[in-house]
Amino acid sequence: MSIKIALAGNPNCGKTTLFNALTGSNQFVGNWPGVTVEKKEGRLKGHKDVIIMDLPGIYSLSPYTLEEVVARNYLIGERPDAILNIVDGTNIERNLYLSTQLMELGIPVIMAINMMDIVAKNGDKIHIEKLSQKLGCEVVEISALKGTGIQQAAEKAIAVANKKKNAIPVHKFQAELESVLDSIEDKLGNDVPEEQKRFFAIKLLEKDEKIESQLKRVPDVSEEITLVEREMDDDTESIITNERYTYISSIIGECYTRSKRDKLTVSDKIDQIVTNRFLAIPIFAAVMFLVYYVSVTTVGTWATDWTNDNLFGDGFTFFGIDIPGIPVMIENLLVAIGCADWLQGLIVNGIVAGVGAVLGFVPQMLVLFVFLAFLESCGYMARVAFIMDRIFRKFGLSGKSFIPMLIGTGCGVPGIMASRTIENDRDRKMTIMTTTFIPCSAKLPIIALISGALFGGAAWVAPSAYFVGIAAIICSGIILKKTKIFSGDPAPFVMELPAYHMPTLENILRSMWERGWSFIKKAGTIILLATIVVWFASYFGWVDGQFRLLDTLELDHSVLAALGSSVSWLFAPLGWGNWKSAVAAITGLIAKENVVGTFGILYGFAEVAEDGTEIWGTLAGSMTAVAAYSFLVFNLLCAPCFAAMGAIKREMNNTRWFWYAVGYQTILAYVVALCVYQIGTLITTGTFGFFTFVAFALIIGFIGLLIRPMKEYKTTKSKSVAGAK
Amino acid sequence: MTLKEIPCGKTVKVTKLTGEGPIKRRIMDMGITKGVDIFVRKVAPFGDPVEVTVRGYELSLRKADAEMIVVE
Repeated sequence: MSIKIALAGNPNCGKTTLFNALTGSNQFVGNWPGVTVEKKEGRLKGHKDVIIMDLPGIYSLSPYTLEEVVARNYLIGERPDAILNIVDGTNIERNLYLSTQLMELGIPVIMAINMMDIVAKNGDKIHIEKLSQKLGCEVVEISALKGTGIQQAAEKAIAVANKKKNAIPVHKFQAELESVLDSIEDKLGNDVPEEQKRFFAIKLLEKDEKIESQLKRVPDVSEEITLVEREMDDDTESIITNERYTYISSIIGECYTRSKRDKLTVSDKIDQIVTNRFLAIPIFAAVMFLVYYVSVTTVGTWATDWTNDNLFGDGFTFFGIDIPGIPVMIENLLVAIGCADWLQGLIVNGIVAGVGAVLGFVPQMLVLFVFLAFLESCGYMARVAFIMDRIFRKFGLSGKSFIPMLIGTGCGVPGIMASRTIENDRDRKMTIMTTTFIPCSAKLPIIALISGALFGGAAWVAPSAYFVGIAAIICSGIILKKTKIFSGDPAPFVMELPAYHMPTLENILRSMWERGWSFIKKAGTIILLATIVVWFASYFGWVDGQFRLLDTLELDHSVLAALGSSVSWLFAPLGWGNWKSAVAAITGLIAKENVVGTFGILYGFAEVAEDGTEIWGTLAGSMTAVAAYSFLVFNLLCAPCFAAMGAIKREMNNTRWFWYAVGYQTILAYVVALCVYQIGTLITTGTFGFFTFVAFALIIGFIGLLIRPMKEYKTTKSKSVAGAK
Repeated sequence: MTLKEIPCGKTVKVTKLTGEGPIKRRIMDMGITKGVDIFVRKVAPFGDPVEVTVRGYELSLRKADAEMIVVE
């Protein structure tokens, strides 16, 4: 029979390091059902029948954060055979607060005091026998980083699991409170097993609404609540929290001896410099520049360009030997075996190109993920949030949203993936939805095309694109945070600033690989499928009444062209209702730079320069300057390329939210482009039509959404509970 | 007096927490309860949030939330 051991502890207590040390490479990473909280489980090294479940890092078992709800639903619902509670020895007081709650669940508990090497170095002492006696569970000293004591901790956990020796909480609250808890336990009767009664009694007293669904019958405890609240002059939730900390304060003196020292720790000294009033911003800018420079400007882009242009392109030279690119190799192979033309096309231009589109992003992403893992585990990421919070929270974003946006100027795909570092669910979703508004490097050719063809290369066009992007983020933040889907339990910004420490190489590489692999797996499918569909639509079509495979220059006969013609009327109010522009916008979904190439083909050039110089004249003849700018704005803001959409799907981990995001982006793009064209035309030519009226109505509505007051949505509270289950 | 008004470098004792619900619970979960000492360490470069030391570790909270913490 297999044993399940749950790892529970505060964030930053070294839980991940311990999990990696215990399980090695036997890990399965996924998501908890329906939420974006990561779920990790693995098998204990040397024990095939012992499963270790890594719970999200939590401070409490309160019902207010997603992580806490996920962890407690697991602990109550799945009832693991034992809990291994990791406690940061350097921060024992607050860590024990969670321990007092874990002890009440009626599950065997082993407490592992981590970071003992640092505790010893500081000259502090933890009296584990005393601690064990005061909390009612066995205590072991470990150092997850050095690997000391972890085997004993795991074996002790297996032993208590086998003995089914449930933890019996030793800590007691004030006498009045205890008697009230006794009476609630009586009311629970036989509905709840004896060992879980205390947990449920406390939760009922705390008025924890989310616990009610776990009970067959909810006893009425309003009388007890009123009694306690009147006697102790506070709400029951606060009374219990107070009592726990009071108990910890009362025992901490006996269990923990702090060496006499008033000198600052190394971490304190680092923090004095890094978040110094004057130095914080320059240091922040330097760190961000380094991250950007390495992962976007240099190493990351070299790696991605090499993958795209050489490995999945023209090939490369390896020690003097010319090696063709993968598509060429496969094409040669297919020609050699005499494969049919259409199948060759499907394999080379559809499937291989699709796989290339997925893998091309991976090297750059891995470079970025190394930085993110380092910044997160050394403790600087928390300071990023600390420094930038003031600016970003106004738009419903987190201080940590800065990094996704910055990376997004290079490529939206790793930008979206970088949002993973934002713990708060709402801030993360908002960041995912808005990151791609920032013009990425693939949108630069479109900017160059429009600015060159219609505006004579005017210097204001490119900066204005960034301005539009930033304005879209700010306005979206303000509008969206007032909508119903982004309301719900408020998330306070009460954040621990963990001590700085040097992360291990193993943990960084592991985190890099986990994130990279999850992109390939989850985003890869959607990117590949979409690429194949668009390939099919652009290479098949009717020529002289016959449906057949087309040549590259016959794009105007393709299914895609037919589709473009049928939807082009939609874009007429935006000023570019001709089918060629519609088709270009559609192929832009594969990769934004395709827009330029597609225009090239549709105007009869097999190949054009990156900024499309060849077609500047033709394009200028086919649309007005205002229409061209509207086209530019639409393409900047609308649904991003398939790769970025795949990343959105992966990070939202929810189909509905994926469509919200893509739908919102496209609608916003449409509205802004329409207003640009209509108002622009009114100013330049003085034409006032029906759509000019619509544009003004939209602008008024938009301003209304911006300035409307924050509404209270009562219903979402219970809804978010259901969503978290 | 609330924690919001305390200048950097001062240590104060918490006497009461106002407000209710998730924010209050979160603040208390992090160890800010009646009777605990709080040392105001620094203010972020843009003037908000603040960093405090409580129960031996560093915590950051917004001034708007610090207003809920009554100190002496």
